[in-house]
Amino acid sequence: MRFQLTDEQKALRAVVRDVIGRSSAAGVWGLVAQFPAPLIDRGFWRALGELGVFSLRLPEVDGGAGLGLPEAVLVFEELGWALVPGPLVATHLAAGVVPGAATGETVVAAADGSLVEWLDEADVVLPGAEGAVALRSVDPLTPLHRVPAPGRTDPVAVLLTAAEQLGTAARVCELAVQHARTREQFGQAIGGFQAVKHLCAQSLVRVEVARAAVYAAAVTGDVVDIAAARVLADEAAVRGARDCLQVHGGMGFTWESEVHLHLKRAWVRARRGGGNTESEELLAADLLAGVAWRGACLR
Amino acid sequence: MDLSYTAEEDEFRGRLREWLAKVLPMLPSKPSPDDWPGRRAYDLGWQRMLYDAGYADVHWDASPTTRLIFLEETEKAGAPYVGANFVGLLHAGPTIAAEGTPEQRERWLPPVLRGDEVWCQGFSEPDAGSDLAALRTRAWRDGDDYVVTGSKIWTSHAEVADWCELLVRTDTSAPKHRGISWLAMPMSAAGITVRPLRTLAGSAEFAEVFLDEVRVPVGNRVGDENDGWRVTMVTLSFERGTAFVGEVVACRRVLGELAVEARRNGRWDDPVLRRQLGRLNAEFRALWRLTQWNVSEAEASGGVPGVGGSVFKLRYSHARQELYDAAADVLGPDSLDLERAWVLDRLSSLSYTIAAGTSQIQQNIVAERILGLPKGR
Repeated sequence: MRFQLTDEQKALRAVVRDVIGRSSAAGVWGLVAQFPAPLIDRGFWRALGELGVFSLRLPEVDGGAGLGLPEAVLVFEELGWALVPGPLVATHLAAGVVPGAATGETVVAAADGSLVEWLDEADVVLPGAEGAVALRSVDPLTPLHRVPAPGRTDPVAVLLTAAEQLGTAARVCELAVQHARTREQFGQAIGGFQAVKHLCAQSLVRVEVARAAVYAAAVTGDVVDIAAARVLADEAAVRGARDCLQVHGGMGFTWESEVHLHLKRAWVRARRGGGNTESEELLAADLLAGVAWRGACLR
Repeated sequence: MDLSYTAEEDEFRGRLREWLAKVLPMLPSKPSPDDWPGRRAYDLGWQRMLYDAGYADVHWDASPTTRLIFLEETEKAGAPYVGANFVGLLHAGPTIAAEGTPEQRERWLPPVLRGDEVWCQGFSEPDAGSDLAALRTRAWRDGDDYVVTGSKIWTSHAEVADWCELLVRTDTSAPKHRGISWLAMPMSAAGITVRPLRTLAGSAEFAEVFLDEVRVPVGNRVGDENDGWRVTMVTLSFERGTAFVGEVVACRRVLGELAVEARRNGRWDDPVLRRQLGRLNAEFRALWRLTQWNVSEAEASGGVPGVGGSVFKLRYSHARQELYDAAADVLGPDSLDLERAWVLDRLSSLSYTIAAGTSQIQQNIVAERILGLPKGR
């Protein structure tokens, strides 16, 4: 057993971190400025395509990298970490199905639960968006529409969403720790106070538990493992962002602090597939069905 | 990332399973929890069987993955827990192996492996719990002996132990971490009084140990005089590695039993309870994966598990309490009946966020040693 990243996986993660770190850090605030109607930077979307974000799991003969869910999860964790906007999961799942999705030429949105992200910016919407009504989205970086007929949620979409949530959870833990180390009150860094320190420690514990669950689900492709990953990653991201906000004090409540962008994105992702009720019910049913579920694996 | 086992690991698992299936039916019946000599004999007997079959030193010499498989399979098969051998196999033994002289290793390690001798732990004191280094039990040199006076608390198996791994203060003028020494104290020495302590679960699981001018040969000191704190840290790092493997396996089994019971008694129809059991399924699946992750990491680094064990312990101890709280929800009024399954376990689970480093201390460790936050209060 070697449940650790391989050297190739570490290298992949480093490349992704490098490319999206450079391109998106400044871009996020530009996009926030476009609120409430942000646009997708088509050049950046093609750069993501070039990086292989969408085509990663396609066979090499189809222009992909022939990689698997573990690599996809590592990439989506980085996308989540960097707050990269756009219908990333929907476009990734459309690669090989919708022309241009794999290369980043086409932006693909999808109805997920009763919501569609990025409908107005999408070239293609799966399976369709009949009767879609725009919301005033709580997340300035994710325009949302309601659709009347709830779409079916692909377990791979659930897994990749969990990976994005894991990235957010890791990022907000880092932000909380950075702030706690530098912000001084009562003549010392606030991270020296146990009340603050313990918020940070709990945040890290949630990240590491979610990480083990998300990576394992990527290796097994088991639907129950994916449900577990989803439940824990949602908790790590949402709870972590809330605690990060708390550690930031008044600054955390401002528009100019990036903390709220992470929290709002985590909230949006936590609603995908109709929230986590379905995942919890699946996990409950597994306790009785046990063996029967184990056969239901994905490619 | 790979969750599959190597051919050798699978082979080890297969052999172990076969052996367990063969020997477990031959075990004597389990002694009552209050029968200390009976428990000692039972636990030592099991260790002897492991020794004869070549599994005795799996905690010491085997690879982390082999140890994981051993703990997983023995739990699944319903084999005895390490019990009275705990301190010898998982605390004192590894310390002596790492820090002892060749003579000390030869004297103390084989009897632990063979199931001949039981060790207990004399670390905590009434005024030195989380702040262990504040311990005050004194040891004076008198010729070739130390003369030890003081008291220890939370000492499991003190009633039936042959040896006690004892922390004493040998220099009162030094800073608190630098005046401590590690001694192997024979429990047969004059001046030792053991007083059992009854826990809130009703049983006498551990004891207070009073020491009144107990003579311990200087040759029983492991490590240098006043270097006992460092020697101790070697021991404590073993405590949080694969220590909970068997328990996570057991918790997953209990969770399945809870679901079956809830379905039987109709509580399954409550979606709040049902979804809570679902969340616990996610929790224990993840804790099992985190164990595999930590074990793989230890395997790759070739070292003992580090502070990552604190992350695991924080989450696991809390999850265990949530599990037995859920059991109480499944049982309803029967959760107040000590005769029912899980009720005593619920009481025992209360110690998990306290023993082996409280959750508050563990959070300090995570925040300071992993996240690099400043020390302070």
